[in-house]
Amino acid sequence: MTAATADARSSSRTLAGSKSRRWRETIIARLFLVAALISVAITAFIILTLFERALEFLLAIDPSQLVAEGWFPRRGMFDLATLLIGSLLVTLIAMLIAGPVGLLSAVYLAEYASPRVRGAVKPVLEILAGIPSVVLGFFALTFINPNVVQTLVPSAEGFNLAAAAVGVGILTIPLVATISEDSMRAVPQALREAAYGLGARPGTTAMRVVVPAAVSGIVAAMILGVSRAVGETMVVAIAAGASGGSLRTVDPFGPGQTMTAAMAALATGSDQVTGDSAAFQSLFFVGLVLFVLTLGLNLVGDVFVRRVRQAY
Amino acid sequence: MAAVPSGATGAVERSLAGSGRDWRGLVFQVLLLGALLLTLVVLITLLVDQFTRGLPVFVDRGTDFLTSGLSSNPEKAGVGQGIVGTLLTGVLVALLCFPLGILTALYLEEYAPDNRLTRLITINIRNLAGVPSIVYGLLGLTVFVAVFASLGFPNSGRNIMAGALTLTALILPIVIITSAEAIRAVPQSLREGGYGVGASRWQVTSRLVLPAARPGILTGTILALARALGETAPLLLAGAILGTFSTSGSLNDLLTGPYTVLPMTVYDWSRKPQEEFRQLTSAAIIVLLVITLFFNALAIFLRNRYQKQW
Repeated sequence: MTAATADARSSSRTLAGSKSRRWRETIIARLFLVAALISVAITAFIILTLFERALEFLLAIDPSQLVAEGWFPRRGMFDLATLLIGSLLVTLIAMLIAGPVGLLSAVYLAEYASPRVRGAVKPVLEILAGIPSVVLGFFALTFINPNVVQTLVPSAEGFNLAAAAVGVGILTIPLVATISEDSMRAVPQALREAAYGLGARPGTTAMRVVVPAAVSGIVAAMILGVSRAVGETMVVAIAAGASGGSLRTVDPFGPGQTMTAAMAALATGSDQVTGDSAAFQSLFFVGLVLFVLTLGLNLVGDVFVRRVRQAY
Repeated sequence: MAAVPSGATGAVERSLAGSGRDWRGLVFQVLLLGALLLTLVVLITLLVDQFTRGLPVFVDRGTDFLTSGLSSNPEKAGVGQGIVGTLLTGVLVALLCFPLGILTALYLEEYAPDNRLTRLITINIRNLAGVPSIVYGLLGLTVFVAVFASLGFPNSGRNIMAGALTLTALILPIVIITSAEAIRAVPQSLREGGYGVGASRWQVTSRLVLPAARPGILTGTILALARALGETAPLLLAGAILGTFSTSGSLNDLLTGPYTVLPMTVYDWSRKPQEEFRQLTSAAIIVLLVITLFFNALAIFLRNRYQKQW
């Protein structure tokens, strides 16, 4: 009897481990937590910096300077609408390319492709996703513009928003295709079988059953695609020109600036722009607008992504 | 048992097969395949275009182009400084990213209690992954460059360490998310087996979970690293040099002096109007693609080689 109690006591001691072992475990757990908190610190620093400097900028200028004929930071003209319109134009054209091409590719990969075809095609999308954006910017400037955009619209200039937008669209295709494909693969096989059982053809099954069932994921893919296109910098900085500033314009076939390209332009000339001038501070103001915009898009996109997971 | 009249079977078969060929379905399928092929055509066109323009530079100048420094003279300009900068950045980012990313992923998957703090960290990481890269440049400028400057580093703190820290912040969320996915895929039974023989949580994590998740973690981290090496926008703000500069080449100079990376060289040259620089840009793009696509291919290879179905 006493032997058994002693046994139980010693075994519970063994399970808890020696003091040094427990110490080590606690220290390791704390260390892990510290690492995890670093990412929170990064966010905190981004938000703090953006808000602080953007506020400094807004206090330093006259509010009327935010509405002007264009965005010319070095001349004190900070027309935000110019940049918003530029970003909107580029995003719209980019998504007109990335949306259909990405979605149709995803339908093929999820519904038609044999495992072998899939195995061969997926790496192509991954390689495209891995191409640096400067490379696409140069390609947009020296190939897409003269050979595609200027062929279709002869009046298009050497630097223009449309060519940049095509480049951005190409960069966004893999993202749209991957998220759409994942959501279509998550559609249960039973739904397809039911459609075939009713006599539906493969095309009908794909478009009338699978795509509607995966619509949350497809919407998420589009929203995250828009977010990616809005945030793309180098393609626009290289191919859209207007690095000194731009008049407010809705013409996609002339040079123009987006929020990101305006930031790149300010950064490129940072040797000329002194640290405290309003032109330099405007960088943070535009950064804040861009950050809030993409954060909003990502949060909405995330809600849709999560809905896919819950549904099935 | 009455035999089914043969005419009836034919009618059923005909009706199951539909009326003749499914032309609309075929057109639809061609459309889908066309979308996919369009992507392939774009990729091939891009590669062919860059190679036809850039290869003559390698033919004319050989390794001289790879070793020369930046110059405003197109006959002398080379990507040597860019290659050194890109490779050194890669090493620094890898050194910072691997431990931080893996520790965070292990914390979230193996250690974290399900409480508000954990949810905050998870949501935070998911959203950080979607922040445009140029915004990280602002972080690099106001935090990392500023810290190095206030510590009295030369060149107002615009050194490769600030650049590497900026890129680390940029890809850390991606490394964490992909590592966490790889860790989550390790079956619970493996952990239970470990605990069953008396292993502590750290022992289970380090000797069972981590080795099992290693291929997935490696793949995700290498892909993220490839992305970091191709980034330009954040480094524009975090102090990489556009234009020319000279270094002694000593490690101290490399770490604390002015620096540039290959994508910056590409950006700089792409803005020059002379035809010679167009060729040089394509040649630099070839070098950049070789480096980034090598990492991409390595990651895809690792995944296909070690992919496990539990």
